[in-house]
Amino acid sequence: YVWILFERDLYLINSKYYKIMSDEEFDELCFQFGLELDEITSEKELISKEQNDSKAAGASDVILYKIDVPANRYDLLCLEGLVRGLQVFKNKLEAPRYVRVSPVSGQPQKLIITKETAAVRPYAVAAVLRDITFTQERYDSFIELQEKLHQNICRKRSIVAIGTHDLDTTSGPFTYTAKPPSEICFQPLNQTKEFTATELMSLYRTDSHLKHYLHIIEDKPVYPVIYDSNGIVLSMPPIINGDHTKISLKTKNVFIECTATDLTKAKVVLDTLVTMFSQYCSQPFTVEEAEVVYPDGKTCLYPELPYRKEKLSGEFVNRKIGINESTETVAQLLTRMCLLSKLTGVGDQIEVEIPPTRSDIIHACDIVEDAAIAYGFNNITRTTPRSYTVATQFPLNKLTELLRQDVAAAGFTEVLTFALCSKEDVGDKLGKKISETGAAHISNPKTAEFQVARTTLLPGLLKTIAANKKMPLPLKLFEISDVVLKDKSKDVGARNSRRFCAVYYNKSPGFEVIHGLMDRTMQLLGVKPLRGEGYHIQAAEDSIFFPGRCAEIFVDGKSVGRLGVLHPNVVTRFELTMPCSALEMDIEPFL
Amino acid sequence: MLSPPTTTCNMADTGVVEALLLGLEKAEDGVDSLELSSSLGVEHQVVVGAVKSLQSVGEVISAEQRSSKHWQLTEEGVEISELGSHEARVFECIPVEGLLQSELMKLPFGKIGFTKAMSNKWIRVDKTSEGGPLIFRSVQTIVDQVREKLLNVLNGKDAELEEKEKSELKKRRLLSEVTVKSYWITKGSSFSTTITKQETELTPEMIVSGNWKDNKFKPYNFEAMGVPLDCGHLHPLMKVRTQFRQIFLEMGFTEMPTNNFIESSFWNFDSLFQPQQHPARDQHDTFFLSDPALTLDFPQDYLQRVKKVHTEGGFGSQGYKYEWKVEEAQKNILRTHTTAVSARMLYKLAQQKFTPVKYFSIDRVFRNETLDATHLAEFHQIEGVVADYDLTLGDLMGVLHQFFTKLGITKLRFKPAYNPYTEPSMEVFSYHEGLEKWVEVGNSGVFRPEMLLPMGLPEDVSVIAWGLSLERPTMIKYGINNIRELVGHKVNLQMVYDGPICRLDT
Repeated sequence: YVWILFERDLYLINSKYYKIMSDEEFDELCFQFGLELDEITSEKELISKEQNDSKAAGASDVILYKIDVPANRYDLLCLEGLVRGLQVFKNKLEAPRYVRVSPVSGQPQKLIITKETAAVRPYAVAAVLRDITFTQERYDSFIELQEKLHQNICRKRSIVAIGTHDLDTTSGPFTYTAKPPSEICFQPLNQTKEFTATELMSLYRTDSHLKHYLHIIEDKPVYPVIYDSNGIVLSMPPIINGDHTKISLKTKNVFIECTATDLTKAKVVLDTLVTMFSQYCSQPFTVEEAEVVYPDGKTCLYPELPYRKEKLSGEFVNRKIGINESTETVAQLLTRMCLLSKLTGVGDQIEVEIPPTRSDIIHACDIVEDAAIAYGFNNITRTTPRSYTVATQFPLNKLTELLRQDVAAAGFTEVLTFALCSKEDVGDKLGKKISETGAAHISNPKTAEFQVARTTLLPGLLKTIAANKKMPLPLKLFEISDVVLKDKSKDVGARNSRRFCAVYYNKSPGFEVIHGLMDRTMQLLGVKPLRGEGYHIQAAEDSIFFPGRCAEIFVDGKSVGRLGVLHPNVVTRFELTMPCSALEMDIEPFL
Repeated sequence: MLSPPTTTCNMADTGVVEALLLGLEKAEDGVDSLELSSSLGVEHQVVVGAVKSLQSVGEVISAEQRSSKHWQLTEEGVEISELGSHEARVFECIPVEGLLQSELMKLPFGKIGFTKAMSNKWIRVDKTSEGGPLIFRSVQTIVDQVREKLLNVLNGKDAELEEKEKSELKKRRLLSEVTVKSYWITKGSSFSTTITKQETELTPEMIVSGNWKDNKFKPYNFEAMGVPLDCGHLHPLMKVRTQFRQIFLEMGFTEMPTNNFIESSFWNFDSLFQPQQHPARDQHDTFFLSDPALTLDFPQDYLQRVKKVHTEGGFGSQGYKYEWKVEEAQKNILRTHTTAVSARMLYKLAQQKFTPVKYFSIDRVFRNETLDATHLAEFHQIEGVVADYDLTLGDLMGVLHQFFTKLGITKLRFKPAYNPYTEPSMEVFSYHEGLEKWVEVGNSGVFRPEMLLPMGLPEDVSVIAWGLSLERPTMIKYGINNIRELVGHKVNLQMVYDGPICRLDT
């Protein structure tokens, strides 16, 4: 979940609420808009929850709202965007128009990308916020938005990294290049001396925040770095900025650079930052362009602040949602979602303008959803699809359902065990080599319990007995479920196989009980005890079973499974102490 | 837990039973078991036994337990009631010629008896005699009132003593007050002084001979539990699964073949228009396979359309505009949702002439997540899918309303949500009467055109879908807080044995 945290009063003030809005009203507003008021809390409460009450003693008890935000709505990741979105939604504000402007005098700031960056982080975009006024709250929000973007769309800085700089402390043109770490040397943010990049990597190894980003570049031969025209380092993305250009409350002009491995996302990140915070520039919602020069000499102006136009019909929107509103109303609904919409005059055609804040709108279906949200999901009439369909059960599941009922009626209790297990469970413990089991292996298990997909149901049943030793004997358990076996004939190289497994655990092995269950199962499946065209069992050898106490089950001459008395080694390896007999067979041959 | 019909009648003293019944016949209202025991001269416990045995044969008597305060002799009191009070014994042992005080004091009752006898003025001391003080009787005869009072108490006539006298004897530690439980016995609705022998059980012989008509039968103890049966049980989660299956079948939904836990990233993610950089595709969220590691066999033209819609869009979409890599799509995983199967089914559907379908599945899915009391690495996903011409968001809401009504949930509301492969997407909330708030019960949406059109489905076909977990409603239904007690080998078998049948709408 993506969430943001902000002071309740700041929301109210910024929304120009002169009367009190109750928490319930705000909760309801969020619900309609697709947000979730997750928690009403305070810094004090948060600290005491995470640490302890004594640590929270001096903390603020100003009321905070924690809100869950849809993962594709980067425009709602700060209070500025949230207030704007909700005010427009409530028809209390017109969505602002974001404008890219040229500098009042002189050339735009220039960021030159050299070809060395291709090896590590090839893309960069930039922009300038001119004559901005920070307050403590605005500044904190600006920093917090960068952090939220870093964690979400930037995928923990691996795809995009943001650097913001006090433009008045530096001078362009800026150069974005990549160098061996030993050749990069600068004073990083909040440090008092210079370090080489190599030194920084070891310095940050223990930094609770920065250590998570080191892996992005550490094994690369060259590290990305941005210099100004005097050779001062602005940043070493995606790790750290230089101390020289750091922004403060007094900063008036902000130079923003985003370096990336994905240009589309870099542009979205830059657009998000500048559309949110240009609100505080002397010319609100204007952003000064910057020129990016690519190694091939191509130049681009950023931010792009794209306004895209889509045309769709009012009828289409009505039909997709299941409502019947006039074209004008549909246009108004969309406008309340920051999608400025006008009738073109051609039939019921609506021209919808998608602003740079709404990178999540990539298809007409996204526009339809916004119309539905503005209409109110819960105002839509519930209808029933008209088509007539006849239900069919999946034959294997139908057989499983019928068989389970009757195996339980035969006195056995159903269990439900995991499809994943350790190699040992299906290998060593059963006296088998893991390579011979045909097991599918998991490459990234967090614990040994998830090393392989099970190839037999038996270990799960035996573990169930081991966890229920206090229960009165005998224990009679069964499971009908899938195992997984490698199979080259399938596109994914493996297939499920539906098995029936049962165990009898008591002071005596009770082979006759398991044998009786097998006979009963065959009776249920309509198979007669007959060699050839029916079923029979015959002695077999298997490391799972005690020698001379194992038989293979044949149906129409084909082996479908085994039954027998478990080998004492198997009993012991599953931490059991009593004799045990078991049965495991395929049920797919009986379809 | 288990107790057979009582057979105390045989063990009770028949004499006492008879005496009790005769006594009760004569009594106007009833008799007290304690009084009866003293009048019969038997232990109270014997009378209690008779009461119990009569209670077991029906409404002959009715007995109500009550408690009463009662005076009882202490050990010393009993001794005195037999041998006389210390002072009387002192009086008795003094001969006419007198007794040396020193000799008297050697007797066990001497000291106390001397003091009391002196204060009663029964004896006198001659301190002038040679050889030490001599004691003489000062009266001819005495009445040993202490002994008499104690004998009264012993015979149950303690009412004849005044309270003051009782408390004096209590002070001398000869009497103590005890609480006695007894029965107040009255005639029952079928009172009779003769008890016929009762049969324990109906036998085949009785049925053949017809004797059962004349026999009386011992009543059963209906307070006891029956014998626990030796039976099998179905697992609660599977019982709930059966009910969900039933609901889908009642609604005309066809079951999808979900018996393929291993899936390629292509069918699990790419075909659903889930971008390759999506966090769900991270090692921390999904189980990847090392063997078999890759899927190489895909419908090539479809794969190209999927690649195109991710990379550059098309089908009315802007696309995600990133470099889509087939290597990512080839990676095998344990499916993270059954929607991978829905994707395969919809692709298959698109290869034929389109007819509307309704599909469902309930099966295992896998997440490489952090585990806690409500999350396991594998759980069951319930999924419903409807593909039809021109389905609306209102249709999705209507189908959800029908589905949840069958679960006994009628108050629903919908919250806009985000999901990479559905648009619009809605979280389904139901009003929980117990918690007095709206709780999320499922997720739903309309599959994106970027998912459906590359498959080849007609443009005017919409596909609506919803999903929920099987475990959560089961845990709520069966009151289970820790998922490990429900799913996996650490299951509590007693819980499985004791679980009721599953009726979701009650």
